[in-house]
Amino acid sequence: MSAGYRSRPEEQGRTVRAPVPRWRSRRAKGLAYAAPTAVFVAVFFVLPLLLVGQMSLSDWPLLAGDRGVNAPGNYTDVTDTALFWPAVRFTLLYTVIVTVILLGLALLLALLVQESRPGAGFFRTVYFLPGALGLASASLLFWGLYSPTTGPLGGIPETLGLADEPVSFLGSPTSALLSTVFLVVWKFAGFYMLILLVGLQRIPHEVYEAARMDGASRAQIFRAVTLPLLRPSLALSLLLCVTGSLLAFDQFFVLTKGGPDNSTVTVVQLIYREAFQRMNLGTAAALSILVLAALLLLNVLQFRGLRRADES
Amino acid sequence: MLARALGRTPHYVVAGGLAVIFLFPLLWNTWASVSPQPGTAQESGHGLGNYRTLLEYDAGLWQYLLNSTVVSALTVGLTLGVSLLGGYAFARFDFPGKNLLFLLTLAILMVPYATLLIPLYVLLGRLHLQNSLIGLSLVLAMFQLPFATFMMRISFEAVPRELEESALVDGCGTAGALRRVLLPAVRPGLITVGLFAFLSAWNDFIAPLILISDSEKAPLPLAVANLRQQSMGAVDYGATEAGVVVLAVPCLLLFLLLQRHYIRGFMSGALKG
Repeated sequence: MSAGYRSRPEEQGRTVRAPVPRWRSRRAKGLAYAAPTAVFVAVFFVLPLLLVGQMSLSDWPLLAGDRGVNAPGNYTDVTDTALFWPAVRFTLLYTVIVTVILLGLALLLALLVQESRPGAGFFRTVYFLPGALGLASASLLFWGLYSPTTGPLGGIPETLGLADEPVSFLGSPTSALLSTVFLVVWKFAGFYMLILLVGLQRIPHEVYEAARMDGASRAQIFRAVTLPLLRPSLALSLLLCVTGSLLAFDQFFVLTKGGPDNSTVTVVQLIYREAFQRMNLGTAAALSILVLAALLLLNVLQFRGLRRADES
Repeated sequence: MLARALGRTPHYVVAGGLAVIFLFPLLWNTWASVSPQPGTAQESGHGLGNYRTLLEYDAGLWQYLLNSTVVSALTVGLTLGVSLLGGYAFARFDFPGKNLLFLLTLAILMVPYATLLIPLYVLLGRLHLQNSLIGLSLVLAMFQLPFATFMMRISFEAVPRELEESALVDGCGTAGALRRVLLPAVRPGLITVGLFAFLSAWNDFIAPLILISDSEKAPLPLAVANLRQQSMGAVDYGATEAGVVVLAVPCLLLFLLLQRHYIRGFMSGALKG
């Protein structure tokens, strides 16, 4: 990292005093300034990518051991794992539910705070505040909040006469899923509200005025003006939300630990379990490659879909 | 339908109701952390008993705070240093491989965290950086690079070229121009990058979970999560809630203080993305 950095003092001043090789010296300087980035990207990004490819084709126990070729054994082992398809199904289900609720609520929040009436700044801050917390911290917070013994919510159905005992929010597969969705929506709604707010503020006032002059109702304006002009921001939110949800880990690792009965195990949790509980880095690497491939494919499809929608 | 419903319901009732829902978990957790809980150091009365449990837990709260501070400071420092020089290079210089390097840097965003962490675990072992806060910071800084480099490139591009050229004519080298003229001009960008890097390093969970095996070296989020998992017999909710407060306070303060920069970073990201 420091090689390029150190070479700068000798080069200093040469640009001005010796104008002949100026373009060449600027190229060298550009390279020197970019060198730390290049080293970082090469060592901590490109090299690991090559390594994970190699690992996915080899026997690779967590601790020392046989490192022979095992192709395509790791890949077939992955799909043979009993939890693989349930984890894929659960991750997809979770992604759909979170995306619909999260983006719907974020749009509502953005519409609520877009006009600069008194208090709008306060509400923006409040809605965003959970976003400043880490996902693991938020999950720990909700773990206490949902606790049947000390949490404030568990007793409510009992008090209302709807249940015989305090409700266990994380006790059944369905309620564990919905409880996690609620946590994620609480944590991220303000983040997506900001993205949509930026989009809303880029719609020129004249467009709204023209629509109002034509006698359009609020609902008509929303459908015919706001939604179409907001499409780039909605597309960005969709992309981020789908990608983030497909890679969900912290919230399930902390809040549900994958339970009850492995009903909330996501694909990334499966990678973690393969590597550090079943101590098989080879299969974990193969699973990682499959996730990467699925995500790349999804992004390509999404970009294509968006571009086609733009053309029509 | 949504718009019509919004039109009918008084605006402040909806906005205020939602604000209560958003604030409730934060307020509840703060209150619960000083409240008595069965089976904890604080069985009756309000006070700091739960925080005292946290102070003495395993390696001790101070150790975990120190770990988190070291990791965050190193990550912020590395991110700022690399992206300042990189952003300058991408905005102002031409060099072979420029576009390829920029695309590769952005491509970090496309690759799932987990896909990289498995080989990084092996790689850091070979570099003798496994189970080390420095190794963890290097990884966290790498994950920050796409946003940071992008942000610094925009910041440099927004500075008029004449400003820098006059400094060069006056006899500054490019390094002098960067330090004396450009650095003050890109300070808002640096604050944004630093804030994002701090928040993500302070809060990161999965990278330390995989890369740090020694509980003495755990950053705070990992330590608090372990606290909960290790006390399976008697769950100490109180100490966990105290831990959440300790984790959250710096983030909330920093965000409230630097809100403007956070939102500006967002704007430039969302505008060009």
